[in-house]
Amino acid sequence: MHNFLFGIYPYIALSVLLIGSVVRYERDPFTWKSSSSQMLRRKQLIIGSILFHVGVLVIFVGHLVGLLTPIAIFDAIGISHGAKQLLAVIAGGIAGVMALVGGGMLMHRRWTDPRIRKTSSFADIAILALLLAQLVLGLGTVFVSLQHLDGHEMTKFMSWAQGIFTFRSGAAAQIEDVALIFKLHLFLGLTIFLVFPFTRLVHIASGIFAPLRYLFLRVGYQLVRSRRHRPLEERRRAFDKLQAKRGPSATTPAE
Amino acid sequence: MRVRAQIGKVLNLDKCIGCHTCSVTCKNVWTTREGVEYAWFNNVETKPGTGYPTDWENQKRWNGGWVRSASGKLHPKQGSKWRILANIFANPSMPEIDDYYEPFDFDYDHLKSAPDMTAFPTARPRSKITGERMERIEKGPNWEEILGGEFSKRSQDYNFDQVQKDIYGEYENTFMMYLPRLCEHCLNPTCSASCPSGAIYKREEDGIVLIDQEKCRGWRMCISGCPYKKVYYNWDTGKSEKCTFCYPRIESGQPTVCSETCVGRIRYLGVILYDADKIEAAASAERETDLYGAQLDVFLDPNDPEVIAAARRDGVPEDWIEAAKVSPVWKMAMDWKVAFPLHPEYRTLPMVWYIPPLSPIQNAVQAGQIAMSDQMPDVRSLRIPVKYLANMLTAGDEEPIVHALERMSAMRLYMRALTVEGVRDEAIAARVGMSGRVIEDMYKIMAIADYEDRFAIPTTHREQNEHGADIRGGCGFTDGNGCSTGETGKTTLFGGKKKKFALPQETF
Repeated sequence: MHNFLFGIYPYIALSVLLIGSVVRYERDPFTWKSSSSQMLRRKQLIIGSILFHVGVLVIFVGHLVGLLTPIAIFDAIGISHGAKQLLAVIAGGIAGVMALVGGGMLMHRRWTDPRIRKTSSFADIAILALLLAQLVLGLGTVFVSLQHLDGHEMTKFMSWAQGIFTFRSGAAAQIEDVALIFKLHLFLGLTIFLVFPFTRLVHIASGIFAPLRYLFLRVGYQLVRSRRHRPLEERRRAFDKLQAKRGPSATTPAE
Repeated sequence: MRVRAQIGKVLNLDKCIGCHTCSVTCKNVWTTREGVEYAWFNNVETKPGTGYPTDWENQKRWNGGWVRSASGKLHPKQGSKWRILANIFANPSMPEIDDYYEPFDFDYDHLKSAPDMTAFPTARPRSKITGERMERIEKGPNWEEILGGEFSKRSQDYNFDQVQKDIYGEYENTFMMYLPRLCEHCLNPTCSASCPSGAIYKREEDGIVLIDQEKCRGWRMCISGCPYKKVYYNWDTGKSEKCTFCYPRIESGQPTVCSETCVGRIRYLGVILYDADKIEAAASAERETDLYGAQLDVFLDPNDPEVIAAARRDGVPEDWIEAAKVSPVWKMAMDWKVAFPLHPEYRTLPMVWYIPPLSPIQNAVQAGQIAMSDQMPDVRSLRIPVKYLANMLTAGDEEPIVHALERMSAMRLYMRALTVEGVRDEAIAARVGMSGRVIEDMYKIMAIADYEDRFAIPTTHREQNEHGADIRGGCGFTDGNGCSTGETGKTTLFGGKKKKFALPQETF
């Protein structure tokens, strides 16, 4: 069972996340959205949403860097395991509380405000509940971590996560003996990956890529789309060529 | 010079009777769906008033449009790209649905299904969002209709800037006008500039600004970006929607639904050629009062051989060039200078223009001794303050408005002389810098307004960019996602209709 949950389930969850998202983006891009409810009720959203999103983003990046950076790199730049764990506990703790408070506000709003409640789907409420549960579990692990500050437990998770991503067979065994709350946190995290393509969570992907395109790929501000086959410069060259030939078609535009 | 064509529009406010046919036909075609009940791609406001959504013209509050920085560069008033992205989790400048109105319907069914009661059954309002009873309707799509509500509230109207407005609250000095509004299909739209997803774009061929429903992710920045508040958030689909300029109709040479059904014949559609290279400079004009003139400079004369040659070279179809020559929009905006952009100070270079309304003489005392100058009524003594119109149409510059109103009243005088006395009084025309022939043309187009004079719409050249074989068996026009209905929750994972689980039952 342990091997299934932490050796095989991660691959199932990540595959569904990846393939499911691609399929949804290709098949039904119209449903790919953030599902904002700000229009219907501004109250509690401004503070709640900012706290929640900033908190979750810090946690997400923290987990990504913390779990997937090879241990050797930390050793090489001289950050001890204990120091890394302390950093994770403090930064993660603060961000976790932010996210939990913000998420709590959002949940309260979604549950009690008749406008939001009526327009919420089951998935909207369920995914928020899952994320809140995950935040509670994650903050719960802080208390376990504080009992052993040498950072040894943490390296187990790093070897596990890196083992999964590098397809090493014994990855699950690395975390065989960790506290139950960690295992619950990991399992729920993987489950959130699993349901990602079926919920509004897909907007996270757009939230990463859209700003990059907006900031770095879009020249200036405006977008103009043309249905003509050829770009302007090419059309002009073709037109000039026709003009040079001087035929009856010389006055028609070069399309 | 980079020549592009746009189907522009002019609304003759002098003839708008405020019948709302445009709004209703538009709504019936475009926004009867769930999620956009509150949205009116076209609405008609009574002015002076705060409009829909409330106070939309006040950009200190909503941060729509553009601002020019000290260095002469433009950026959206709600912030440059970084600022916009920083507000992505919660948009501080976005109106709430209550700023428009909470959509409602009445319990009509209760009228026929009510049990035996002592009191007559009534149809009480219910919210279209929650389905719950609404005790009080606070606002509607046209809450200030014909000066409804107190003057103190209506006088919050932004166009009263620098107008001694207190006297207009008095009964004898009251004035009103209608302002039909739709998406301006701007040359420099802030909605598209604000969209992080790049879902909003302007079409090169006809200038229509559209939202790609498959690319919109619901970041909501367009709603606050648009100073006219003409982008609406569909709370059901989570996407933004806006006036499409009825592009399926325009493409086939038909006027938009609002224009087609306009009872007062106030709406004109025609091709305007413009120089895309001049847009940025025009929108960044230093003084706000220069913006109207700067936009005129962006437009290209379709009778100028140089422009025609450049237009051909840039791929503007021949029939579009011909249409530009007879465009009523060109005539009113450029030849006669009677049409103006709505709030040019937003720096969006809007392409739906307005002819200011004439109004009766200011008050009864003067009625006998009309303020005349040169046998013409002095347009500055008209009931609607010129400053008010100027604040709306020329960023406060009164001269062009006075000039237009004089031409319009000269047209009336000239035509009166012609029809009543049978005299072609060229002196009247000359006083406003026109000739009798031009005034008669103006009369034909602006006053008679025959269908073919109002609309000069060339068809889209689909044959140039579509292949019939490719679109055979396609889905035609849909609201969502090609052949997919794009519903979530109502369909199964694989697109079929969800069936409720039910045990087989025997029927007798």
